Amino acid sequence: MKLSSRSLAVAVACLFLLLLPSFGSEFFVDFVMTRTLMLGLAASTIVFLSSYVGMNSLAQWLIFGVAGFVVGNVVAESGRGLTLGWAPWSGVPIALVIATSLALLLGALSARSTGIYFLMLTLTYAVIGFYFFGQVTTFSGFGGMTGIDAPSFFLGHPKRLYYVAVVLSLLAYVGFRAVAKTPFGMALQGVRDDPIRMSSLGFNVQALRMLAFGLAGFVAGIAGVLNIWWNGQIDPSSISIGPTLDLFIIAVIGGIVHLEGAWLGAFVFVAANIYLRDIPLLGRIGGVIEDRILAAERFNTVIGLVLLLIMLISPDGLAGMVARGQRTFRSGRAETPAGPAPTPTPDEPSAATP
Amino acid sequence: MLETNATDDADIKFGVLHMTPGQIRRFRRIPLAVVWLLITFAVVWVLFLADRSWTARTSAGAAIEEPGEFIVTLLDGLTFAGLLFVVAAGFTLIFGLMRTVNMAHGAFFLLAAYIAIDVQKRMVGKTRNIETDDVSMLQWIIPLLVGATIAAVLGVVMQQLFLRWNQGQDLRQAIITMAVTVILADQMLFQYGGLAKKMVWPGDTVRFFDIMGQRYASSRLFMLGISLVVGVLLWLWLNRTRMGMVIRAGVDDKDMVRALGINVTVVFGVTFFVGSFLAGMGGAMGGSFAGVALGTDGQWLLNSLIVVIIGGLGSIKGAAAGSLLYGMVTAFSPAYLPADYTFYSIIFTFVILAVVLAVRPNGLFGRSE
Repeated sequence: MKLSSRSLAVAVACLFLLLLPSFGSEFFVDFVMTRTLMLGLAASTIVFLSSYVGMNSLAQWLIFGVAGFVVGNVVAESGRGLTLGWAPWSGVPIALVIATSLALLLGALSARSTGIYFLMLTLTYAVIGFYFFGQVTTFSGFGGMTGIDAPSFFLGHPKRLYYVAVVLSLLAYVGFRAVAKTPFGMALQGVRDDPIRMSSLGFNVQALRMLAFGLAGFVAGIAGVLNIWWNGQIDPSSISIGPTLDLFIIAVIGGIVHLEGAWLGAFVFVAANIYLRDIPLLGRIGGVIEDRILAAERFNTVIGLVLLLIMLISPDGLAGMVARGQRTFRSGRAETPAGPAPTPTPDEPSAATP
Repeated sequence: MLETNATDDADIKFGVLHMTPGQIRRFRRIPLAVVWLLITFAVVWVLFLADRSWTARTSAGAAIEEPGEFIVTLLDGLTFAGLLFVVAAGFTLIFGLMRTVNMAHGAFFLLAAYIAIDVQKRMVGKTRNIETDDVSMLQWIIPLLVGATIAAVLGVVMQQLFLRWNQGQDLRQAIITMAVTVILADQMLFQYGGLAKKMVWPGDTVRFFDIMGQRYASSRLFMLGISLVVGVLLWLWLNRTRMGMVIRAGVDDKDMVRALGINVTVVFGVTFFVGSFLAGMGGAMGGSFAGVALGTDGQWLLNSLIVVIIGGLGSIKGAAAGSLLYGMVTAFSPAYLPADYTFYSIIFTFVILAVVLAVRPNGLFGRSE
């Protein structure tokens, strides 16, 4: 087995993540890294769909949120929603089944649309989902739900949830890359590269797209369940257009053609969200006037500027920058200009311009 | 490699993944039948069944019994469709020519509305409690033009700075406009706060009149009139002027237009100006019609998206058809749904979207690429 520098870097990162609770502060583990891993898990589904199937989805955050709402409706004992008050664990299978079925339904509806059309369609689903949970008071209403308990196994043990997030993230990462090598994954990549040829070869392109969307929805649902355990509450504004775009921004910042970019982007996003206001100069971008109530932090402006900058400089995000830097470094060291250009590994998507 | 292909394929083809073209075609006929069934049921329900003692209670009665309520609902749908058309036409114009999905369309809408409201306050000379009678026609139209022009200029600046040189990379362009949206939304929250604001109709347009026992505000008809004027002007511009001819040709074949020696850059700039201007106009109209607040930008991005997805991207005709359909559904579903379920009306938005996509994946007037 060839140990590429890429898998080495991932292994080192995993080791670091597993050891982190022994030396990192509790705040860092719970509020920065657990959140990073959950968001990264959700964002990795966007990257999976984009890089292996060629579908740019904005509906992943909706499915993430729906899983949370389902857990909330099933588990919460009082407040808004159905308040079934069942055991916390029972929410998991129900949420995953509903999230996956929703993903399959949306995937079936939009399987014939591609490219930018698909992006807009999924954005529409996302916003409709927001209004659905806002208006339909049976399931939530704009006020949202609170007091959704995680299973007692996690209560008071934030590190346990962290470890679960690490393991699930790793599973998703390895799983997505493994799926890409199965005949199913190969067919998906064929659909990405040339749907017309694939359908004339006898593949049901729409069913493949739908199944890929369902798989991504399943993983996004897992992330949603983790999030509701971590958060304990959910309301429709947390699945409105802003957070929907945020998740996509995470995937884009990390680099939408590299799976590990999802977690990288999530880390940058979460860290920026928490630490930005402490940075003396950067935290004041966007006109901070002290006598205005809302002027304390302009995080979104900064994240927007970062996104704009990344899109203008490096459309494949931070992971793309790293990969390019590596390539430059390697070709500089080898000093063999006659050698062939570094060919991407078979499972790596061609670095097509998004 | 070649010899193993046959066995590999055999592994992959199973179940639903492998249907003959005939089966797939027959499979696709199901949605159309369902669509007709749904439409028939909706029409029968609205005309005859709604709010009878043996059916569910609805806020509006059956059309043959309560024609006034029916006409008012119809007018509500029509006037809202007019506003939808103004905004969505700008969106679809930009997409049709440049393949740019302008995610900042909603942000331009909101920004223009805020600016128009501010300008109106300055012109009237009152900062709060402006009555419709304080406002003359000019004090409504000038704020509208100012707001729309600023939105339009901003649109052109965005296009020239960020989008001109990566033409054709549609996802990258969409993300760039997304970044602009995030920045604009945050800055607007900073400037204008989170409270709802409203522009005031000019006094001359706010009269109430009677339709079969129902009171109706003429300001909504005024809005419909403006939308019709915009529609006619757009049609004249696109079909009767040289610039419009170039734009229509560009929609069909951009490279050919460029090869004929036409300065496409200028045409792109003008189109972006007009598209963003329409968003801004819609903002001022929507600000008078329903008020604006934090989040209105996302709502109107959604509205534009739904209209163009229904109507077909890049088609003005499609924008008209899409706004009509969407406007009608948003007006009729709360009025004719059973009273306990009116909050489910949002689902109908999704239903028309799903239905249209199931039958015509590229929208009613869209062309397959």
